Amino acid sequence: MYAIIVGAGKVGRNLARELIDKQHEVTLIESSRPRYLAIEEEFEHSVQYGDATELWVLERSGIQRADLVVAVTGDDEDNMLVCQVAKEKYLCDRIIARVNNPRNHDHFRLLGIQPAVSATDLILRLIEHEVPRYGLVHLLALEEERLEIIELEVSPDAPTVGETVADIALPDGSLIISVLRGGTGFVPKADTVIEAGDEVLLVLDPGLEEAITAYFAPNGHGAGG
Amino acid sequence: MFVLIVGAGRVGSAVAKSALAAGHEVSVLDEDPLSHERLDAGQSKSWEDADGQFTVGTALEIDALLGAGIERADVFIASTDGDNTNLIIAQIAQKRFGVEKVIVRVMDPARANWYGEQGLDTISPTKHAIEMFERALEPEPA
Repeated sequence: MYAIIVGAGKVGRNLARELIDKQHEVTLIESSRPRYLAIEEEFEHSVQYGDATELWVLERSGIQRADLVVAVTGDDEDNMLVCQVAKEKYLCDRIIARVNNPRNHDHFRLLGIQPAVSATDLILRLIEHEVPRYGLVHLLALEEERLEIIELEVSPDAPTVGETVADIALPDGSLIISVLRGGTGFVPKADTVIEAGDEVLLVLDPGLEEAITAYFAPNGHGAGG
Repeated sequence: MFVLIVGAGRVGSAVAKSALAAGHEVSVLDEDPLSHERLDAGQSKSWEDADGQFTVGTALEIDALLGAGIERADVFIASTDGDNTNLIIAQIAQKRFGVEKVIVRVMDPARANWYGEQGLDTISPTKHAIEMFERALEPEPA
């Protein structure tokens, strides 16, 4: 695979090292001259100096044959622009953008730049996962595919406590894929009975969160909350 | 017309003043509070007394755009000193807020051309400068 990584900060450099280790071809593009000079010895021909929002710089790096373009600079506008140009002008199939300010996430979405990864959002999700105060935890959200995996802790007053999976009439577009009970997870069968304190994992269409919460944690928090 | 100008540098502030003088409603957004001085410079009345609007904020913040009146804007002019900022905020104005006329300053001719082909109204001062230099170098007709 040939990957172009824009931005040779900590994220970009480490990504480049990992991909090179895995025998992929990588070009790292850095627009700061001092930073470029500092890493040139390590990355040799795999690093280029230039502003990747200039089309000729992208073309010089061989964007026409790139399988993947990753924009991880510290500037959200630059990341958006590089990915937009890669996708729409050079028809690169796979792009990944870094979101520095989580408030800019909407802009990435508006311009069709997905996936857009925000470290702040990822850490927030981990915190939600660790602190079961929030009833519903997003484990995975594939926005383009319109698919989500969520986790809910079943509260004692939930209408589904004591029901079998077969009896729970969930909305269309949702499915229980796993139950965590006593520290172990298992794939439920039709006759599995849901208990208070279970953590259920569901796959669902985006937008069904509220409806699903009513089934398992009607008061918005799990038994542990 | 309601004209929203983001970026009150030399270009943005000059266009703001002439648009106001032409009788348009003009709102200016800039992240630097001091840029307001450019709007007052050379005028007999202050910008606000002349019924101009000025908001401090960055254009990627939706709240700043809303405060500057983007929902009412008929014309959106992106004239910050960053090409990429201009290209992104112009698309936000166009796609999210449905502003009818969006004009973007893009210094880099290559980016201006491509985004122009994608439906943005781009103005590239660099391109004009190049053309003028080229014309100046053409041999005079005998």
